[in-house]
Amino acid sequence: MWQFFHKLGSPKWFFGIATRFMPWLLAAGAILLMAGVVWGLAFAPKDYLQGNSYRIIFIHVPTAFLAQSIYIMMAFAAVVTLVWRMKLADVFVKSVAPVGLIFTFLSLFTGAVWGKPTWGTWWVWDARLTSMLILLFLYGGAIALDRAINDEKSAARAVAVLVLVGVVNIPIIQYSVEWWNTLHQPSTFKLTEKPSMPAEMWVPLLLSVLGLYCLFGWLACVRMKTEILMREQKTRWVRELIMAERG
Amino acid sequence: MAFESFSAFIAMEGHGPYVWTCYAVFAVLLIGLMVQSYRHHRAVTSACKRRYQQQKSTVGNRPKPAATFTRVEVSQD
Repeated sequence: MWQFFHKLGSPKWFFGIATRFMPWLLAAGAILLMAGVVWGLAFAPKDYLQGNSYRIIFIHVPTAFLAQSIYIMMAFAAVVTLVWRMKLADVFVKSVAPVGLIFTFLSLFTGAVWGKPTWGTWWVWDARLTSMLILLFLYGGAIALDRAINDEKSAARAVAVLVLVGVVNIPIIQYSVEWWNTLHQPSTFKLTEKPSMPAEMWVPLLLSVLGLYCLFGWLACVRMKTEILMREQKTRWVRELIMAERG
Repeated sequence: MAFESFSAFIAMEGHGPYVWTCYAVFAVLLIGLMVQSYRHHRAVTSACKRRYQQQKSTVGNRPKPAATFTRVEVSQD
């Protein structure tokens, strides 16, 4: 168990695993996302209330889902950084924060464009939208804080603390549609119940969520590998690995 | 197929501009992020490689000094 834990923290071990998994993640992600999006755009039935504008859901929900789960993953990594000082955890936080920022922006943007024909407005300051905007600022704050501190170890600790403080926002986002009156519709997927949509709508949605998850995995691998290269370029294993590569 | 013709698919009964704007921005940002991440990785890899090769050649071809000089302190008194 502990040996596994140590291995997991080793950048060299991760580098090898990531290289092996990346083509699969990319292929699976591209296929699933394309299938979900094409199905959702062209084949899923029209919503009886919202008409065709609801087709935005096939990218809105995946990006919003990922935006939150990336933050939760970052929070776990932040705990590992603070408690065990594992290098790889900090590499993860640093590498995926920009991805989370872009996904959060995309979910806000697609939500606003969806809101215009559905609610008649681009933006309302209600709980769901505002807490999502705070998530965007948390990502931005983590990136800015990391860049502002030159020393790698102090930056890692400061960012980890910020990420952990921001975790309080996640349940607020999650339950905002139930606790407060809002224009936002309740969640499509719940763990305990069947989706409230017909299968021709939620199956493509599930496909695009899974696809975007895989693409996130690919992005995390590439970006973490880059970060590891930059940090460990003086070590022997990086030197041997790069010199052995073709081209 | 939920639409009768291709033009109906594009128009989406008036919701076309909203739907297609979302999908366009999504595609541009996602693909842009993936391409940028991949290119950055390539750039860092080749920069490392160049540096290693440079180090290797400077270590291997450094000319040996033809003679060594030692300063000798000679007392003048």
